[in-house]
Formats: sequence, C-alpha cells, structure tokens
Amino acid sequence: MGLMDKHAVIEKNATLLLVGSLLVVTVGGIVEIAPLFYLDNTIEKVEGMRPYSPLELAGRNIYVREGCYLCHSQMIRPFRDEVERYGHYSLAAESMYDHPFQWGSKRTGPDLARVGDRYSNGWHVQHLTEPRSVVPESIMPSYAFLKDTAIDVKDFSTHLIANRRVGVHYSDDMIANANVDLMAQADPNVDTSGLEARYPKAKLGDFDGNPQQVTEMDALVAYLQMLGTLVDFKTYDEAAGYR
Amino acid sequence: MRFGTEIVALGLFAFVALVAAGFGVDEPFRQHMWVLLIVLLGFIAILLRNTSFAATAPVDPSAYMDGPIRYGAIATMFWGVVGMLVGVVIALQLAYPDLNVEPWLNFGRLRPLHTSGVVFAFGGNALLCTSLYVVQRTCRARLFGGDLAWFVFWGYQLFIVMAATGYLLGITESREYAEPEWYVDIWLTIVWVAYLILFLGTILKRKEPHIYVANWFYLSFIVTIAMLHVINNLSIPVSFLGSKSYSAFSGVQDALTQWWYGHNAVGFFLTAGFLGMMYYFVPKQANRPVYSYRLSIIHFWALIFLYIWAGPHHLHYTALPDWAQTLGMAFSIMLWMPSWGGMINGLMTLSGAWDKLRTDPIIRMMVMAVAFYGMSTFEGPMMSIKTVNSLSHYTDWTIGHVHSGALGWVGMISFGAIYYMVPKLWNRERLYSLRLVTWHFWLATLGIVVYAAVMWVSGIMQGLMWREYDEQGFLVYSFAETVAAMHPYYIMRAIGGAMYLSGALIMAWNIAMTILGYQREEEPMPGSIPALRPARSGARKWA
Repeated sequence: MGLMDKHAVIEKNATLLLVGSLLVVTVGGIVEIAPLFYLDNTIEKVEGMRPYSPLELAGRNIYVREGCYLCHSQMIRPFRDEVERYGHYSLAAESMYDHPFQWGSKRTGPDLARVGDRYSNGWHVQHLTEPRSVVPESIMPSYAFLKDTAIDVKDFSTHLIANRRVGVHYSDDMIANANVDLMAQADPNVDTSGLEARYPKAKLGDFDGNPQQVTEMDALVAYLQMLGTLVDFKTYDEAAGYR
Repeated sequence: MRFGTEIVALGLFAFVALVAAGFGVDEPFRQHMWVLLIVLLGFIAILLRNTSFAATAPVDPSAYMDGPIRYGAIATMFWGVVGMLVGVVIALQLAYPDLNVEPWLNFGRLRPLHTSGVVFAFGGNALLCTSLYVVQRTCRARLFGGDLAWFVFWGYQLFIVMAATGYLLGITESREYAEPEWYVDIWLTIVWVAYLILFLGTILKRKEPHIYVANWFYLSFIVTIAMLHVINNLSIPVSFLGSKSYSAFSGVQDALTQWWYGHNAVGFFLTAGFLGMMYYFVPKQANRPVYSYRLSIIHFWALIFLYIWAGPHHLHYTALPDWAQTLGMAFSIMLWMPSWGGMINGLMTLSGAWDKLRTDPIIRMMVMAVAFYGMSTFEGPMMSIKTVNSLSHYTDWTIGHVHSGALGWVGMISFGAIYYMVPKLWNRERLYSLRLVTWHFWLATLGIVVYAAVMWVSGIMQGLMWREYDEQGFLVYSFAETVAAMHPYYIMRAIGGAMYLSGALIMAWNIAMTILGYQREEEPMPGSIPALRPARSGARKWA
C-alpha cells in the first residue's frame, strides 16, 4: 500500500490537509450548480411570466415571513395524481423571479403552486382568519392578525431596486410607481390602467373586505390569487421544454 | 484593567444597536435591535461585575485551556433541552392546532426555532466544545490565540440568540437550516472564521507530529461549513437598516444552491463533525485503538468528496433539470459506502471490549449512536432513489428519517461525549450517577424507535393516500382527508419526542449534580466488578 504511506505527508501538514479537503469539497458544487447558470435549456421558454407587482411582492414577503413554505410546497411534480389534484406540473420558468424560491420540502398542507383563482378572496380571508371554519380537518394556525395589520412600508421602491440588483427585470417606470401601485392594486376606487399595463393579469380590488386600509391580508391574498396563473400553457411547447 | 477592551468594544457595539433600533426601516428590525441591545448590555453588566484592576496571574502556556469547553458543555445541555422542548411543542401543534399562538408562536415561526435550536445551538455547541477539547489533547497544545476561544464561544451564543429571536419576530430568509437574515449571517461568518483560525492555529502549534484523524473531520467540517454558509446566504439587503434581503439567486438555481447547502449541513455539520467526535470519544471510552487506520483514510476522503454531490436528491421530479437529479441520486447511493465504512470503523473499535456494553451505559450510548448512523445512512441512499422518493418526498417519512439520524446519531454521540468529558473537565472522580445514564439511554432509544416507526407509517400512508385511485379512475382521497388521517400518528410522534426530551432532562440533572460535586450512592452496574460465583446448593447437586 504505497499510496497509503504517502498519506502520512498530509497527516503531518495542516495546510495541505486544509487545502486538500477544501479542493475535494468544491468539485461537486462546481459540476452540479455552475452549469445551471449558463445552460440555456435550464429555464423553459414560456409566455406570460412577469415580475411580481408591488402588492404581490409584499404578500410574498409575508408568505416567507410566516414560514408558509414549511407546510406548503409550490412545486407540482409530473405525476398523474399531482397534475389532477393541483394542475399542470410546475416549470422552472414559473419561479424565475423568485428570490428566494418557495418550492418547499413538505406537504403538511396542499401544494399552492396553482392556488390562484381556485377560491374567492372571501374564502381566503375566512380561511386565513379561522382555518377550521372552512376546512374542518385543517391543522393550519390562524392568521387573523394580518387583517388588522396595515402594510408597514416606508418606501416600497427600495424592495424593487433590491430585486433589480439580483436580476429581476423591474423597469424604471415600475420602480418610480412602486408605492402608487402597491396601494392602487387593493383600492377599487382608483384608476389602475398604469398598473395593469405594467403587470398584466394582476388581480385587482379590495381583497380583505376592508376598503379603508391596505392590510397584510390584502397583500397575502393578492399573492395567493396570482400563484400559477401567469404562464399561458396554450402556447407552451412541452417537447421543447423537456430537459 | 481586566476586560477593559472588551467592555469598550461591547459598549460601542451596543451603541450601534441602539442607533439601528432608532432608525430601522421596518418594525421587526427595530425590535430585533432592541433585543440585541438588551443582550449586549447584559454582557457588559456581567463583565463590569467581574472586572478588576489587580494584575492578572500569567497563564501557563503548557496547560490546556478548558474554560470555554466547560461553558460549551453547559450550553450544549441548555440549548439541547430548549431545542427539544420546542420540538415537542410544535409536534403537539400539529396534533392540536389550537396550541398555535399567533403571530409569534405559530408553527411557521417555531419550526425554524426548533431546527436551528437542535442543529446549531445544541449540535453546534457540542461540536464547538468537543472539537476544542479534542484538538488540545491530540495535539498536546494549548488553544491558539489567547482569548480567541472565548470570543468564538460567546459570539456563537450571540448568533444563536439573534437567530432564535429573529424567527419569532418573523425575520427569516426562508432557506431551510439557513433562515437567519443577512446581518446575523455576517456575524456568524465573523465568528466562524475566528473558529477556523482558533482550530487551525492550535493544530499548527501541535507537539504531536501527526494530526489525529478526529481533527481531519473537524477541520473539514469547519472549512466546508464556511464555504456553504457564505455562498448559500449571498443576498442583497433592501436597506442596511432593515431586516429584509433578497437572495442573489432565483428559482431553480436558488433551489439547488439551497439544497447543496441543506444536504451538506447534514453532511458536514451533522456528520463529518460528529464523526470527529466518534473518532476520539469512542476509542477513549472503550479504551481501545481505532479499528482501522486505512479505513479511516478512505472513509474521510470518500465521504467529504461524495457528500457534496448529494443535494439534488431533495429536488427529485421538480423543475430541476433531469441530469442534475440523476447525478445527485447516483452520488447519494455511492455515499452509502463511505458512510458504512465509518460505521464499521466505529463499531469495530470495540473489538475486544464488547463486554463493556453490559457494564458501561456510556459506551452503550455511543454504540447505539453509531448503529443509528448506519441505519439512517442506509435509509438515506434508499430514499434518494427516484422511484422511492416519488412516494416519500413531501411526506413525514422524510421527517422520520431526519430524526433517526438527528436523535439517534447526533444526539446520542453528543450525550456520550458530554458524559465522558464532564467529570474530567471538573475534576470529578465519576459521574453523579451511572444508573441515571441507563435511564437516559432507554428513554432516548425507545423515544427514537417510537418516533421513527410512527413517521414511517404516517409518511408511507400519506404518500399512498395522495396517489390512490378508485376503479373508475378518480382520486379516492381529498387532501383534507389525508390530513385528518395523520392525527393519531402526530400524537404518538409527540409522545416519542417527549420520551427523548425526558431522557435529556435526566441527563441535565445528572450533569448538573456532577458539576456541583455530588456522587449518588448506588449499587455498581451488574457485572462491572468481577466477582467469584457464589457456590449454590443447586450447583453442588449437579457437580
């Protein structure tokens, strides 16, 4: 065992041991992760994806803050039962603007990748306020406090700017109108044509049943109602998208 | 003046926290900075009470520095009990959802508190104190860098407190096992680099020519965690006075980066580090040399090389490209081999000392740890096979698998190491009670068996219910029905966890009494004292 005897060199040299083990542990990451950033076919070509509107992004931040991902996945696998239960299997393109991703790892509750448009706003508000009043078997905690909490934002454009720095295509126009758009999306009494042009398919209206105030409940429901609704699957080429 | 620099530095740090608490852009950040301020003022108060202007006695450079290790052993016990208690609470929340208290004590905020509490607070402190214990004794050198070890210890506790309070306030990056936000991550990076300098510096000034195998594992654990932590937490903060940041990566790239981190938090934090523990404390407690030197070389290099590749098995059948999934699965299966190499090396170290299993509950604990290591490193590769994973993913089976590794391997080997170290660190003749160790052993073992078995049943049942079709081709169960079916298993799981927790409480009592210098008067373990067999009348008759 000549090779084994040579190992004594490493055992007597801490620097060699440090550098050696660091080199050995970098290989896997370089081979597996790095190609995802430059291989063109990592993310499918689809139509309809756009960055989150300010209200949706604020809602998404609440989703993250409350740890919803710990019980709800947002990743439908390509199995018959999942597609029937939740809808078309998830594409990589659908989370291309997700910083961070929310695919989840556990389904204590159902998948939410396509929960948008499935229930009414009123159902969501009631469910988040008192889960067992609409789903008796549910073990979800109550989130009634969201209704009473106004959105706490001094200047929401800073959130869009931070997203632009990590690669989300927010235009100058979107950033300039961030605070206006945030409020307008949950206010049925204002002109939303600019918002709709910037964020096609955005859900509009008073989400939480309280038109006096834009609350965290408005934001979270606005986010839930758009989940999985953006990609136009009529124009999606399944064969080309296969990796 | 003793602690003069420290008090001034902490005072400045506290002032920065006060300013941040005043000018923070979001409410959770301001609250978090108040927490930081209070903690720092607490530190300052303690230092002010202990300061003195008398000249301090010079330290003996040849003596081992065991102060931070003693604190580390106590911190391990403390955070272990806290983390496991939160685990039992969230297990009960799943069985009885009315136990959720919104917003701070909802499941979604408590769950990261449990995982970070047991992995980083309990496991991290166990690694910190055992690595500093082992490196000094196997290098025959005092810790490098003077008070650096104290900085690492207290800096790490500050990280834990900031991470834990942040979760309850809703400050999270939502990256599993890497939830703390950007500023807490930066603090951990500083502490971790100091830990690397401390550990490597001690190895460099060693008096032994060879670096003992336990130190290879500890060193690779420290350096790999540094790499994983920095890359996975790359993010852009919204404001330097706010808690929110956005991950540098998105979607599929973010998912694989996170699980490259996540799986190697298991591979390096919970495996390589604890293998270092095994390679020192099992031979010591058994009083036998490591079984095979060659096996330990192969085991080490193969394990650290293969582990890094296994991350994609957390993303089977997702939108991650198939080539990456297949690669991850292949390496996960290969990983079975070095894992069992390590298990064999640990178990066979008992060659010639197997009789100790009957008489020494500490060695029994260590052997059970290595056995659970072998069990979960078989289960893991099996679950990484895509076909198996299609059933097990998203279910409680994964939770059961994690706990057989965490409670069985990580927990038991840490308990064994603490039981070994504490009497030596405080110069006690022996533990307060060996009988209590036996109680701990059985409560913990039965607790794990209940926990893992229940999660197998509930996980596999859940997976099968989700995909069950009737003869007309309709799905049989609504999702809500599958949730209702889990109820009895969630209760039983909480019972298993509570058994494990009660074992840890017994240990905390035993350790506290040992530190305080008590010895329980008790019958020696049967068989531990060689005795002549008494002549019995029945025996004579047959003679």
